[in-house]
Amino acid sequence: MSNAPLLEVRGLNAWYGESHVLHGVDLDIREGETVTLLGRNGAGKTTTLRAIMGILRRREGVIRLRDKDLLALPLHKVAQAGIGYVPEERGIFASLTVAENLTLPPNVSDGGMSIDEIYTLFPNLHERRSSQGTKLSGGEQQMLAIARILRTGAKIILLDEPTEGLAPVIVQRIGDVLIALKERGMTILLVEQNFRFARKVADRFYLMEDGRMVNSFPGHELDARMDELHEVLGV
Amino acid sequence: MSTIFGIPTPALYGQILIGLINGSFYAMLSLGLAVIFGLLRVINFTHGAQYMLGAFAAYLLLTYAGISYWPSLVLAPLLVGAVAIVIERFMLRRLYGLDPLYGLLLTFGLALIFEGAFRHWFGAAGKPYAPPAQLTGALNLGFMFMPIYRGWVVAASLFVCLGTWLLIEKTRLGAYLRAATENATLVQAFGVNVPLLLTLTYGLGAALAALAGVLAAPIYQVSPLMGSNLIIVVFAVVVVGGMGSILGAIVTGYVLGVLEGLTKVFYPEASSIVIFVIMAIVLLVRPAGLFGREE
Ligand SMILES: Nc1ncnc2c1ncn2[C@@H]1O[C@H](COP(=O)(O)OP(=O)(O)OP(=O)(O)O)[C@@H](O)[C@H]1O
Ligand SMILES: [Mg+2]
Repeated sequence: MSNAPLLEVRGLNAWYGESHVLHGVDLDIREGETVTLLGRNGAGKTTTLRAIMGILRRREGVIRLRDKDLLALPLHKVAQAGIGYVPEERGIFASLTVAENLTLPPNVSDGGMSIDEIYTLFPNLHERRSSQGTKLSGGEQQMLAIARILRTGAKIILLDEPTEGLAPVIVQRIGDVLIALKERGMTILLVEQNFRFARKVADRFYLMEDGRMVNSFPGHELDARMDELHEVLGV
Repeated sequence: MSTIFGIPTPALYGQILIGLINGSFYAMLSLGLAVIFGLLRVINFTHGAQYMLGAFAAYLLLTYAGISYWPSLVLAPLLVGAVAIVIERFMLRRLYGLDPLYGLLLTFGLALIFEGAFRHWFGAAGKPYAPPAQLTGALNLGFMFMPIYRGWVVAASLFVCLGTWLLIEKTRLGAYLRAATENATLVQAFGVNVPLLLTLTYGLGAALAALAGVLAAPIYQVSPLMGSNLIIVVFAVVVVGGMGSILGAIVTGYVLGVLEGLTKVFYPEASSIVIFVIMAIVLLVRPAGLFGREE
């Protein structure tokens, strides 16, 4: 693990139209690290991911992947630079089968998982490969949303609340998948409200409030900081 | 002479054939409109003019370059598709994300310019375009004589519609197109060059219109306004089928063509409005169209 960050965000500001949502966000992720973004509803977690991806276009500041300036790239070049995105709303396409959804994102580098490996990891997807994508259960759709990015060879994946609204057994499955990915050296930026889930996978936490990063600490300090977190997150 | 409901059968079959021919053009044109609308959210009022440009391209290639029907079947769509790509890149593209009215106004204006320019250069009168020698004559089907060229048009349009449907439903490019129709931003965030996909789609839609124009040239004659007469009906077909529905455009095109032909036999006075009456009923009962997804 080298020390230079794989993804580096500096002083990021972002706007939805006229409304200024991110105020100077700083964020670093080193290669192979899993970093979790915490913050209450509306803190700007999703917006941070959307700004990094370039889905949200009105941005200022610095976003670098290794030495590449992502801010200057058109949207489709960001994924090609090696970032995979699993959106909060999952984004499974109704007019595509499960298999078509799975193979939709183009490869961005070699070294992604093969279809066989993916079907071994997610046997449900194999069983239902000819079904319409949106006919899957919520948990299966989430698996599909993650699986289709694993295929592409992305170096870093941005995961927005993958456990939201899912049953505990499914959450457990997704946790196992993330741990397996970590072991393969994948770099992960995770947005998560579920502490118990996040503590199992996160190397480091960032805490967001009102569009700003207010704190950052290593994973093992989570328990010691519980009171502080409860206050900021209001849980 | 045999009759059905008091109508001589040859007349009935004749009108059904005419209905099938018209339906072939409705299907090919509404298919292009549906693909363009689905992805670009642009109501392409230039479509009729692109159909006319296809027919004129074939006519001009023959008259000034001696290039015959068969090569024109490929060349005319390529030429018109290339013009469409220029239109998309330099004009239409600037209007995405604005009120769809702007796209409608632009494409309507372009149609007027193309049709006006061609009327200025070539006059309003129709120009004959002979069918290729291999497709002249008629075939005795037993129950009627069918001009071979007309049979060819029906077969060619079925082939084109089926091919386009397969391209959209069964290929990777088609999967991009379907996905981008649902959520273009996410598809682009996955690394697909969606702006290029939009350009190609507009080019493909226009090329389909031009191909229909070449097929039509020996049947309807070549004239600057041939498209504007047709396109109104084609819009009605698209609405009945369901805006953006590929299968809906194809099936509705043929069915309404034949229904129109049958109306000519049984109640000729209504034949020019029957499609619009059906459109009105469909809009009342099922506003998303027969094949459209209700939102
Ligand atoms: N499309 C939008 N247009 C305008 N404002 C938006 C839009 N999406 C989000 N916002 C605003 O931006 C702020 C940050 O929202 P964001 O979705 O990033 O929060 P979040 O931290 O992901 O919350 P949650 O935990 O609910 O997902 C909120 O105040 C929200 O109201
Ligand atoms: Mg969110």
